[in-house]
Amino acid sequence: MILRRSLLIGAAALAMASGAPAAFAQEEPLKVGFIYVGPVGDFGWSYQHDQGRLALEKEFGDRVQTTYVESVPEGPDAERVLRQLATSGHKLIFATSFGFGDATAKIAKAFPDVKFEHATGYIRDVNLATYSGRFEEGRYILGVIAGKTTTSNKIGYIGAFPIPEVLRGVNAFTLGLQSVNPEATVSVVWANTWYDPGKEADAANAVIAQGADVIAQHTDSPAPLQAAENAGNVKVFGQASDMIQFAPTAQLTAIVDDWAPYYIGRVQAVLDGTWESQDHWGGLAAGDVHMAPYTNMPDEVKALAEETQAKIASGELNIFSGPISDRDGTERVAAGEALDDAAQLEMNWFVKGVQGDLPK
Amino acid sequence: MEAFVAAMIVAATPLLFAALGELVAERSGVLNLGVEGMMLVGAVCAFIVAKSTGSTAAGALAGAGAGLAMAALFALVALGFSANQAAAGLALTIFGGGLSGLLGRDYVGVPLPKPGPLFPASWAEAIPYGKAIFGHDAMVYLALASAVGIWWFLARARGGLKLRAAGDNAESGHALGLPVLRIRFLAVLFGGAMAGLGGAYLSLAYTPMWGEGMTAGRGWIALALVVFAGWRVGWVAAGAVLFAAVTQLQFYAQGWGWRAPSQFWAAAPYLATILALALLAGRRTAGSAPAALGRIFRPSS
Repeated sequence: MILRRSLLIGAAALAMASGAPAAFAQEEPLKVGFIYVGPVGDFGWSYQHDQGRLALEKEFGDRVQTTYVESVPEGPDAERVLRQLATSGHKLIFATSFGFGDATAKIAKAFPDVKFEHATGYIRDVNLATYSGRFEEGRYILGVIAGKTTTSNKIGYIGAFPIPEVLRGVNAFTLGLQSVNPEATVSVVWANTWYDPGKEADAANAVIAQGADVIAQHTDSPAPLQAAENAGNVKVFGQASDMIQFAPTAQLTAIVDDWAPYYIGRVQAVLDGTWESQDHWGGLAAGDVHMAPYTNMPDEVKALAEETQAKIASGELNIFSGPISDRDGTERVAAGEALDDAAQLEMNWFVKGVQGDLPK
Repeated sequence: MEAFVAAMIVAATPLLFAALGELVAERSGVLNLGVEGMMLVGAVCAFIVAKSTGSTAAGALAGAGAGLAMAALFALVALGFSANQAAAGLALTIFGGGLSGLLGRDYVGVPLPKPGPLFPASWAEAIPYGKAIFGHDAMVYLALASAVGIWWFLARARGGLKLRAAGDNAESGHALGLPVLRIRFLAVLFGGAMAGLGGAYLSLAYTPMWGEGMTAGRGWIALALVVFAGWRVGWVAAGAVLFAAVTQLQFYAQGWGWRAPSQFWAAAPYLATILALALLAGRRTAGSAPAALGRIFRPSS
């Protein structure tokens, strides 16, 4: 009995392996894997990627089957998780943190029939694409709003770590700020963490106590929004998600990372057989970055914000167009030129108007 | 400056709760490395109950209860089944991290109103630094009161003497007729409730929200504080305040324009606390670790 059953299973497996695999591929759902660097409950970076995954399930229903692995440490563990996903039938795998880059490149070589996508990365291969969002475009708009909102002309900016991604945001914000209010300055405070609600709130309270009346952040939790709301008379911007519920009278707008359109497009490409490796760096125009509703501001500021957004989306305004000098006076972008992507990716300087330490 | 002092007191509160609880458990001879896990489960349960009842007090109670339940699990394994305490504690931290994430799934991105100050606002305005002294919510004062209470209990009360006997020499205590295992069990439960309160303070008052892993290592800092303070209540409290002060200082100093690499500021609270406590507390209390700490005790008869 046992023998016969195992024979039957063996026969079935043989049939699956040899007979008409293409037909099976049509009927079986496409397995899509995701690995996240943080918990899905961080309400920040990983949370937004997971929202993109859920959007996939909603869009494609039974045609896709998604798997996610959260809180994956960057390094050898990532390699192990990626290998596991690849061997368990996932045909499209999204690695959603910069630090997964080396592991993804290695596993992509080992599994040529699996397609990989690495967020915020730079290593590409025939089956390894990279993608990211130009969140700086949104930060420029935040700067414009801040410049029109502040009365103390002092803006607090909570940064996670002094890395190019964060410096790009600080500079875009400051350029937007000074385009409407050259008197205003940005005080950067490093929290030295991406995610520690307590510390993020402390950092916000510290800059508020030192006179800032508008707060921007590049850390992941909504704690600074709560701090601003509780302080009264302080305005604030949400990060990665619309965080209006944490600061109903203080949030002006938020930059929302919306990965859903990209994920849906890439899955569709795999289903259609048109997927190709590429480097996608989309911003307001592509819909990867959008702005939460403009609230708690006068109509003319809102109109200005909308106008700025439209100009950036249409390409009329390049946020890093020259002339731009760093705060030591060195010219970084000449008049009539714009900073290219490579220079943006390795930005290690502050523009004029930024106060705060910049470790070398 | 007033804002700095107020922020320092707030930041010290969760550490104080968790470290005091762990101190009591360790003085009874039990090393529970599950503080971080107990804090997380305390934080998420406190948030869920406060959100559904609208009462901060009910939330705080639920946090304490959840921490206590986690500690009971640890006590069952480490004391009931005489398992290795370090391994059981680590398992508790891992379990707590996962369990809290699961319980809190539907509460991510949900706000909660900040609890108001315990004392009337007129008190805070009456004296200099009034806001830093009288401007806090009830849990801050509860933490301070429990420090005093625990100091009194351990140093002056008969029960405290028995607890220390269980931690210093379980065999002798047992020979004298002390119920060593029961004492340790109760001490561990108390430690769990305090860790739960520490977590509850984070999710109810410090930053009224739930986020996975929101304790961000504070349970481990509390554990270290107990050791560096030489298992003494006063030094634990001083260490918690010092750690919080240097943590706050990094944010203020950046605004004051003090130039130092941000990595230095990230390390500063740890360095300052270790240095201060190792030099000051260490010199005054030679070898004051509970002698039976972490050792398994089985009553022989």
